Parts: sequence; structure tokens; C-alpha cells
Amino acid sequence: MKQFLFVMRRPPHEGIGVRESLDLLMTVAAFDQPVRLLFLDDGVFQLKSGQNPECLGAKPIVPLFSALEVYGIEELWVEEESLAQRGLRPESLILPTRGIKRGEVAGLVASADVVVAC
Amino acid sequence: MGVLHLVSRSPGESLALSQCLGRAGEGDALLLLEGGVYAALKDSACAPCLHESMAGIAVYVLGPDLAARGIAADEVLEGVVRVDYAGFVGLALSHSPIQSWF
Amino acid sequence: MKFAIQINSAPWAGEGCDTAYQFIRAALGLGHEIVRVFFYYEGAYHGMRRMSPPEDELPALRRWSELAAGQGIDLVVCISAAQRRGLLDQTEDGRAVKLEEEVAEGFRIAGLGLWVEACLKADRFLAFGG
Repeated sequence: MKQFLFVMRRPPHEGIGVRESLDLLMTVAAFDQPVRLLFLDDGVFQLKSGQNPECLGAKPIVPLFSALEVYGIEELWVEEESLAQRGLRPESLILPTRGIKRGEVAGLVASADVVVAC
Repeated sequence: MGVLHLVSRSPGESLALSQCLGRAGEGDALLLLEGGVYAALKDSACAPCLHESMAGIAVYVLGPDLAARGIAADEVLEGVVRVDYAGFVGLALSHSPIQSWF
Repeated sequence: MKFAIQINSAPWAGEGCDTAYQFIRAALGLGHEIVRVFFYYEGAYHGMRRMSPPEDELPALRRWSELAAGQGIDLVVCISAAQRRGLLDQTEDGRAVKLEEEVAEGFRIAGLGLWVEACLKADRFLAFGG
């Protein structure tokens, strides 16, 4: 059993990278390995409510995040400073998340066996 | 065992270095490689920040990537340790996990 | 020690694949094991048999096949990433066919499960090329 941590630092709608990262993540979950997501920097925009990628002719990514719970992935950590620096609040997000302070991120990373930068 | 952070982007084109340094923990190590080696220039704008971070983390730079970019040993910030690929492997063995910052 | 390696960037996009290759060579030289090299995202472009770059760029492609042949390294291109990028031949009903004919010597095409398996077997995981 290994603890996987997926670190999301990129904003949405910049190609299919996020979708492919989620494919990887869900495969890990299918192997019954514990998975955490950590949203840092522009990665917090992935969870912002009110997104409408259909305007771009793109498929929405929000339903994929919403489906994570079905895969048993419940630990979505969002760095508080990343939110604040982008004028966002936890209530601005599409899902319930766990807040983590910047000074605590090191501990979360250190507790993982495999860190996947997305 | 500390985390090994890999920063491969130049600070001039990406915020990866500053974003990494903001989260690295006491006892972690940072390896600058590829374009990230530019951050190791002693007279660059990020030298003070990198120097300050060395109070808590060990900073390394990949020698072949310095050489590829024409950066001589005397241009590198004091305290940044130059390693070759064998040294890179050694860092990977002595740290866990390994986090890439693209 | 055992390493699982992931390559995210295309052969011509940045140094990630060069760094990965040199790291692997160094690790093997020190007696360590490479469980698998998994090519994902734009890394899927590696190992496609039909790539035809200028002559002086060929060694950068062939070195992976040589690594597989000489050291028995398992080189896996992710099938979903390859399909997404139109790198596999499709039948009329959409199925990818004769996968072994699509990849260069030493590579194979397989699913994400092999990535997870490699991470579980290895002592360390590293990703190159972002």
C-alpha cells in the first residue's frame, strides 16, 4: 500500500493535461491505493464554481472532480494562501475541501510515497 | 528522510522555483536542473532568496546542465552544491518522496 | 534500489527526456534497477515507429530502443495517451490494431495500470518533462 499525492498547480482549460492526470488518479484508486489531491497556486482555479467551458467548445472538467468521491477519493486539500492570493474563498469552490496552510504543506508532501505533479 | 524537490524551469520563465521554496520543509533538498540551473547564478535576482532558503534546505545543481549553458563554477552561488548524474541518483536514494515542479 | 520513471514530454520538447535517459544510465551504472519507464501525456510520442526526423536526430530516438535491448528496460507507452494523439492505427470500428507494429523496437503499448504497478514495485518514483 502506498500513499499517492497528486499536486495540481495548473489552471483549467489549458489542454487535456488535467483530464489525463485525473485518469491516472482514478487508476490509482482502482488499485485501492490511498490518494490525496493537493491544490496549489493556479491549481485552485480547477475547483472554482461557475465555470463554463462549453463557451470554448470544451468539455467540463468539474463533473470529473465531483465524481472523485465515487472512487473513494475524499481528501482534497486546498492551500489557504493560494485561495486568498487569488481572491477566492472555500465557498467559491465546487466541492467541500480541506484547507491547509502553506507552512503545513511540507508535512503533507512528506507523508506521501509517490508525488505526481499535475 | 526529507523530500527531494526538482525544479527544471528557469526563474525567468516560471514561478516554479519560488513556489517550491515557499513549500519546502526543513531538511528537504532542492535540485536545480535543466533551465532551473539559471537560478544558481550568484549574481542573479533570485540569489538572495535562494541563499536565504539554504538555512533550511540543501540546494544542489546538476553540473552537466550548468556546463551546457556555459555557467562556470565561479559563477554559481556559494553553498549550492554541484552534482553529476550519479549524485542525482544519490539524492533520489537519500530522499523521499521526490516532487517535480514544472 | 528500484526506480519507476515517467516521461511527460515529447522527444523534441525540452530536455526532460534527455535528463531521464541520463538519470537512468547513471542509476543502472550504479547497480540500481529501473522497474519501468512509462511514457504519458506528450511523452506518448516517444517510441512511435513511424517517426522520421532528420538523420542527426535519430540517435536521440534510437537510444531508448538500445536501452531496452541492452539492459532489458521495460518501455511502456500509454495506450490512452497514444490514441488521444492519433498515434495508433484504427480500424473502422475504432479499435486500435496491431499495436506492436506501431512502436519502435523495445517499446510496448499498455494501459495506466502498468504505471500504478511500477510505482508500487519501485522504491522511488520520478517524473521528467513538464
